[in-house]
Amino acid sequence: MPLSDGETRELHERAQTVRATILEMLVAAGSGHTAGPLGMADIFTALYFHVLTHDPKNPAWAERDRLFLSNGHITPVRYAAMAHAGYFPIEECLTLRKFGSRLQGHPEREKLPGVESTSGPLGSGLSQASGYAYAARMDGKKFRVYCAMSDGEHQEGNIWEAMMFAGKNRLSNLTGIIDRNNIQIDGMTESIMPLEPLREKYESFNWHVLEVDGHNIPQFIAACEEAKAIYEKPTVIIAHTIPGKGVKEIEFDYRWHGKPPSKEEAVKFLNELRTLGGKVSSEHQ
Amino acid sequence: MLNPDAKLATNIFDPPVGGVDLAPTRDGFGKGVLEAGKADERVVVLSADLTESTRAEWFQKEFPHRFIEMGVAEQNMATVAAGMANYGKIPFFTSYAAFSPGRNWEQIRTTIALNNVHAIVCGMHAGVSVGPDGATHQMLEDIALMRAMPNMIVISPCDAEEARKATVAAATQGSPVYMRFGREKTPVMTSAETPFEIGRANVLWKGQAPKVAIIATGPFVHNALLAAKQLESEISTIVVNVHTIKPLDETTILDAVQGVLGVVTVEEHQVHGGLGGAIAELLAQKNPLPMSFIGMQDQFGQSGTPTELIEHYGMGVSSIVAVVRSYAR
Repeated sequence: MPLSDGETRELHERAQTVRATILEMLVAAGSGHTAGPLGMADIFTALYFHVLTHDPKNPAWAERDRLFLSNGHITPVRYAAMAHAGYFPIEECLTLRKFGSRLQGHPEREKLPGVESTSGPLGSGLSQASGYAYAARMDGKKFRVYCAMSDGEHQEGNIWEAMMFAGKNRLSNLTGIIDRNNIQIDGMTESIMPLEPLREKYESFNWHVLEVDGHNIPQFIAACEEAKAIYEKPTVIIAHTIPGKGVKEIEFDYRWHGKPPSKEEAVKFLNELRTLGGKVSSEHQ
Repeated sequence: MLNPDAKLATNIFDPPVGGVDLAPTRDGFGKGVLEAGKADERVVVLSADLTESTRAEWFQKEFPHRFIEMGVAEQNMATVAAGMANYGKIPFFTSYAAFSPGRNWEQIRTTIALNNVHAIVCGMHAGVSVGPDGATHQMLEDIALMRAMPNMIVISPCDAEEARKATVAAATQGSPVYMRFGREKTPVMTSAETPFEIGRANVLWKGQAPKVAIIATGPFVHNALLAAKQLESEISTIVVNVHTIKPLDETTILDAVQGVLGVVTVEEHQVHGGLGGAIAELLAQKNPLPMSFIGMQDQFGQSGTPTELIEHYGMGVSSIVAVVRSYAR
C-alpha cells in the first residue's frame, strides 16, 4: 500500500533527525565519514522505520529481516537509525569511535546486538549476505536479507564474484541496495575507475534492477516492495543519492567522504538541517 | 621407543611399500566431513572448482543439496561461508591452500575470524610435496598466515586417520578453524584408537631421559619417528606430534622438553611463523633452549617429485638425524 502523505512527511522528518544525530556523533568522535551517512539517511530511515521486519527490543529475533552493511564506513547512519528506532539510547551515539564503545569505528557483530556482520574492508558484504540468504532458503526461512553497498566498492573483485553467485542461485530473498553517490575518496567514481553501465552489468549477471531517487522515501519503499515480488532473481536497487545530502556545503563534494565536520561547522550544519535550509526557524537559533 | 599410549600402527617402521598403509591426508578430510555431515545436518561443504581433488566429492555424492559449487572464486567462497556460518550452518570450504587461505586472507580475517563465526577453512595440497606443480602451488606460508589471527584454531594432521578425526572434531568447535591437508599419499601412523583431541599434543616416541626433543607436525611426523628410530641406540629422543598448532598444548610441550639439550622442530612449511615459530615463542618465555628448525629455509620451492624436493630442501629423515646429532656431540 502506498504511503500516505502524512507517513511520508513523518519519515522525511525522522530522516532529518537521523542526519542531525549523525553530525553530532561525528563531531563528538572527531573522525569518521560524513558524506555517505548523510546521503543514506533517507534510506536507512525508510529501512528501520518501514521496510524491515524487526524488533529493536529483541535484536536476536530469529524471524527478523537481516540488514548487512557492506561499506562499514557509513555505519554512523546505521547507528543513528538504530538508536532512533530504539535499539539503544540515542545518547550512546556520542560514544562513536571512543575507547570501550559498542559503536566501533567500523561495525562489529559481536560488539553491538543488531549489527548482523562485521564490515569495513570493502567488497565482501554482498557475499556474506548471499551466503546468509542461501542458507536461509535451504531451511525455508521467510525473512529477507538486505545488503547495503557503496558504488565505489564495486571496484572490488569480490563483489562481482558475489553477483555471479547470487545470480546463478536465483537468490530472490536477497535485496541489494547501492548508494550511487558517484564519489569515492580520490574523486568521482567515473574518473577513478568507471562503474557504468552499472544497471546493465547487474542485469547481465541475472539480477532484477530497480533505480530510485535515494531521497524519495516512497519511491525507495515501493522498490523494496517490488523486490519481494520478484521470485526468479535477486534484486538490486540502485539508489541515486547526493553525498552529504541535507547540508549544502557538503553535498556533492567528494572531499567530505572521509572527514568529520569541526565543531563550528557542525553548529552551522545542524542549524541548516533544523531550519530546513532556512525555510523554518530553529529553536536553537 | 614408541609410546604405547599413542596406539600407533604396529608396522610404521616397515619400508613404505608393502609395510605401513599409505593415504593422503585429504582422503581423511573426505571421510571426516562425510562423517560430520551424517552427524549434523547443519554441515555444508563449499568447493571452488576442485571437488574431486579436495575429496569434497564424497560429501557431494551423499548430500548434494548441502554441497555448494562456488566456481573459481575463493574470496567469494570464504565470505559466502562466513554468511552461512553467521546464519547457523557449519560450512567447510575447500580449495588448495595456495588459494584459500592464500588469496582470501583478508576475507577470512574480517568476516570469519573477527566476525567470530564457525566456518572451517580447508586448505589442500599444502607443502612442497604437491611436487611437479611447482612453487605457485606449494603453499608453505599458510600456518603463519592463519596462526597470526585471533580466534582461529589451526590444525595440521599427521596422517589420513588423524585428518579424519580432526575434521569430525572441527565440526563441533563453534569457532573459526583452519585445517591443512596434503596431496600425496603418506604413511598412516595413527590408528582409530590413537587419542585425538584438538589442542592436545601427543607424545609418540620417548626414549630414556631424552637428550633431544623432536617436535613435528603434519605428515613429516613420520620422518621424525624414522629419525628417532634410527638414532635409538645412539641418542635418546622424544617425539611430539603437534597436530594443533593453535591453541598450542603448552603443558605437553614443556613436559617433553624437560632436561633436553636441544629442540628440533619439523614441518613442511616456512621456518618463519609456523610450528617452529610457535614453539620458539613458547620456549623463549617458559624454558629457553637451543633450537633448530627443519622446514623451508625462507625460499620458494620448484617442480620435482616430493621425495626429490624434501631431500633437496633439507627436510628429510637424514636432515633430522644430522640436526639431532649436532646436539649430542
